[in-house]
Amino acid sequence: MSHSSVAALSPELADVRDATAADTGKPAFTHRQSAHCESGVVSAMMTHYGVPMSEPMAFGLASALTFAYIPFVKLAGMPLIAYRMPPGTIIAAMSKRLGAKIERRRFSDPKAGMAALDEQLAQGRIVGLQTCVYWLPYFPEAMRFHFNMHNLIVFGKEGDEYLISDPVFEVTTRCPADALEKARFAKGAMAAKGLMYYPTRMPREVDYAKLIPAAIKRNFHTMTKAPLPIVGIRGIRYLAKNVVKLGERNDKNLILYLTHIVRMQEEIGTGGAGFRFLYGSFLQESGKLLGNDGLIEASKKITAAGDEWRRFALNATKMCRGRMPMDVHALADIINRCADKELEAWQEARKALDS
Amino acid sequence: MDVSSVPQEPSPTYEGQRKLLYAVDEKGEYTGVKSAGWEPETFATLTAIAELDRLRNEAWDRALAGKTSPLEFHMFDRRMELDTLAATSGIWKWRIRRHFDVKRFARLPDRILQRYADAMGISVERLKSVPPRDNPS
Repeated sequence: MSHSSVAALSPELADVRDATAADTGKPAFTHRQSAHCESGVVSAMMTHYGVPMSEPMAFGLASALTFAYIPFVKLAGMPLIAYRMPPGTIIAAMSKRLGAKIERRRFSDPKAGMAALDEQLAQGRIVGLQTCVYWLPYFPEAMRFHFNMHNLIVFGKEGDEYLISDPVFEVTTRCPADALEKARFAKGAMAAKGLMYYPTRMPREVDYAKLIPAAIKRNFHTMTKAPLPIVGIRGIRYLAKNVVKLGERNDKNLILYLTHIVRMQEEIGTGGAGFRFLYGSFLQESGKLLGNDGLIEASKKITAAGDEWRRFALNATKMCRGRMPMDVHALADIINRCADKELEAWQEARKALDS
Repeated sequence: MDVSSVPQEPSPTYEGQRKLLYAVDEKGEYTGVKSAGWEPETFATLTAIAELDRLRNEAWDRALAGKTSPLEFHMFDRRMELDTLAATSGIWKWRIRRHFDVKRFARLPDRILQRYADAMGISVERLKSVPPRDNPS
């Protein structure tokens, strides 16, 4: 579908239903693999409805990068370590910052939630869902944990099966209705409550010259000026301190703890190094779009910070496997270097916006 | 990370799938690259699974010996622990702990059993039994 056919509908906003029906009745949906589920779903949706957008751009415009070490929220007995803002941030940013209108609906009755999904599909829409990974049968067995915050796109239904574009996988797949219902309505921490979402209006154009600097400034603030010592650069240093603390008291959970950090950083679809490479890609794309060399420089620095995070993962797991002597001080040094390099990158990015 | 250093160490946990990473090519341009796996990540995932298996097997032995109720075995078997089961079933942790008691569990009404069974996605029948140890479910 062409951008101009969308713009023709209204001077300000284009109605999505009309836009999708524009030429062929039903739009062909193009699956695109992403690193991360939410930025993948959002960028695919924007692109599908006529506002082409890369995954890193969706992530960056939402100021979605962070670091948070939250000792009082436990995941299977381990502290919550987050490298990005809470789920929903990227979806919300598309309506708050870009002027898209995104309908979000939750349901108390699972049957009603499934019926509402069918209704939207029948109208030719693609629909975003929040789901629990454990109940999705197409996930590899080893990745099926009770993780409630996984986003995917449903783009059709055949018989009793839904056609799924799960952004973290290479190709589209299918999911039986009963399994999808279970995945949408699994209870527990951050339960989806059947959340489904779809854009009803799209912005005619995206004002990158205004949105990108604002998004980077907001993100700069989160990373360098958060009022809590467990968030941002200070949060990274707090993590380093905790690694030393556990090591020095010979905590029997040290190996589980270190591998938990590595999992949060690498396993949960981060694009590598806890979203640092994804953000580096955003800074580079932004620098080119705006002709701002400072942002490209900042991209190189955040990439260097990402490389340091990968070094941490490599060394920590070597120590856990006994291939290197366990040395929590050496690990803490690497984590503190991550903090130093991230600070440099953020200062560079911030400076680039002043010139 | 350079494109050339994107790890391609096939991970059993991916089951042949590849994951998208972002890396810098020789011209300095960021691009998406598919990765078949990375050993540190694979090790971290397998460690987490091994821990869940260990808890499951311990509960399994104790359940077969009559020292804990089938509930504790099934909880770990469905990759849950107390926090997750409490959140998904809506039953408080201290109550669940009491239901690990074999005698108390045997007296539970179907209404409560059904809540556990629903949270775990298994039948009440299955919830009440423990499979033999040599036949992992």
